[in-house]
Amino acid sequence: MNAEIAAFLGACLPEVVVGAGICVVLLAGLSGRHGRGLAYLLTLATLAASAWVVGASQPEAVVSMPGGSFVQDPLSRFLKLFVLALMAAIFVYARAYLRERRLETPEFYVLGLFALLGIFVMVSSMSFLTMYLGLEILALALYAMVALERGSAPGAEAAMKYFVLGAISSGCILYGISILYGVTGSVLFSGVAAAIEPAAVGQVAVLVGLAFVLVGIAFEFGAVPFHMWLPDVYHGAPTCVSLLVSTVPKVAAFALAFRILVDALGPVQADWQLLLTVFAVLSLVVGNLVAIVQTNIKRMLAYSTIAHVAFILLGFLAGEGGLPSALYYTVIYALMAAAAFGIVILVGGSGEADQIADFRGLNRRAPWFALMMLIVMISMVGVPPFAGFYAKWWVLWALVDAGQTWLAVVAVIFSVIGAFYYLRIVWLMYFDEGLNLPPVSAALDLRVVLSANSLLLLGLGLFPAGLLELCARALG
Amino acid sequence: MITLTHYMALSALLFSISVAGIFINRKNVILLLMCVELLLLAVNFNFIALSRFMGDATGQVFVFFILTVAAAEAAIGLAIMVVLFRTRRSINVQELDVLKG
Repeated sequence: MNAEIAAFLGACLPEVVVGAGICVVLLAGLSGRHGRGLAYLLTLATLAASAWVVGASQPEAVVSMPGGSFVQDPLSRFLKLFVLALMAAIFVYARAYLRERRLETPEFYVLGLFALLGIFVMVSSMSFLTMYLGLEILALALYAMVALERGSAPGAEAAMKYFVLGAISSGCILYGISILYGVTGSVLFSGVAAAIEPAAVGQVAVLVGLAFVLVGIAFEFGAVPFHMWLPDVYHGAPTCVSLLVSTVPKVAAFALAFRILVDALGPVQADWQLLLTVFAVLSLVVGNLVAIVQTNIKRMLAYSTIAHVAFILLGFLAGEGGLPSALYYTVIYALMAAAAFGIVILVGGSGEADQIADFRGLNRRAPWFALMMLIVMISMVGVPPFAGFYAKWWVLWALVDAGQTWLAVVAVIFSVIGAFYYLRIVWLMYFDEGLNLPPVSAALDLRVVLSANSLLLLGLGLFPAGLLELCARALG
Repeated sequence: MITLTHYMALSALLFSISVAGIFINRKNVILLLMCVELLLLAVNFNFIALSRFMGDATGQVFVFFILTVAAAEAAIGLAIMVVLFRTRRSINVQELDVLKG
């Protein structure tokens, strides 16, 4: 009996720590006047404790839960440590935003930790059942967070749209899972991989199941044509929630796609490749072109997300060699998006800076953060020596290596078109007169973490090999 | 004789009805929530039929989890609907048009 409990805990100790942290933060939130500050500190403590537990385990060991539907492996450890670090930065940014608006409630931290728990379950799951449960824990927390500002009409509308579309997507993914279960008789990824045969050889039902599962994956990423929720949610939600929605769930989506497409459906790669190619190309086209006409920076960043997601999908299309580059792109994308939304929060102060015009003349109001925004924007364009360049470079390289040169050409053409809307912000910040607004002021922790986040993009651009090595090792 | 095909056809029909309901309905958010529930029930039907005909209990266990999640989802959906009604005194789907572009 004790051995079983030990095996159970060995496989899910980080999740148990986060779960315990959620209970503690929930209780701390009730403790009167100091509840919010206490909840914030305990949230950060939970992140630290969880990171310590993940970091203290054997880096190369694969610990599986009895039954095999949940696992701690190098990939899940890498993703968990990254998500924990990112979450800590997100909580710092979000707290600054919420305090300025008197919106800070302990519930925000509780829901944030629930989202984190969902991501943890997703990155560690080895069966469709645990994957689905992780997906729902994440999604339910996010739906509630989008409607965090209860008096805001756009917030409620965004939450409703997100909820309905999210429910359809989880319905689709479940329907696909049920068909794959019927074909293979298993919901474990290893069991599905062992029993599944390409549609041309075996049953055509595989194609139907695959199509439905792919719809769910595309929705999680926000790939075209399942991107409709993304601009509305980014626009309508409070900026700190847009920040959360745009970063960590994409890391979870990478895990979802990797575990399902490679671990479970690897044997039928030829069947899903075509559909994924369509999603990737459409996302490149729609993301980059529609972003140009946006006037709201949150909507613009939403379309930019769609364009970046296309690159992650391209990494999956490049076969075995493309997977480390897809993971690298996901990590760099999440860092860039976090920094971009962090700067939107900082410039907004106690108001909102959600129009692109609000960035006019930022260089006079906050020269240092105009420089940080410059780094983020140039990195998003993909110019060396910033990290975004290597992310794009390796994906393109993997595509050419895999013989998919035409995809690489399409990706380059649309990235060049996409450079326009990033550089427009740089132009507005540095060469536009701007309004006569007071200098930007912000809390010290926000400024320090934001600067570190942006400079990290430069640092990773100057020394790119280490992180790619880590990504390759995480994928084994 | 009722075969697995009949069950799966019924499940596919329920699934299509609920998806069509979500996209055709322009009136009421409550109808959307009902369609979402029907969507999950269609999936449950599929799982139970497959599980029964394959003689494997995994599908039925999956259904218990889906039922639980559906309950949580309905709670969140209704809560969001209440927030929506408070901010605009209406739950008409056609009026959800502040965000676009």
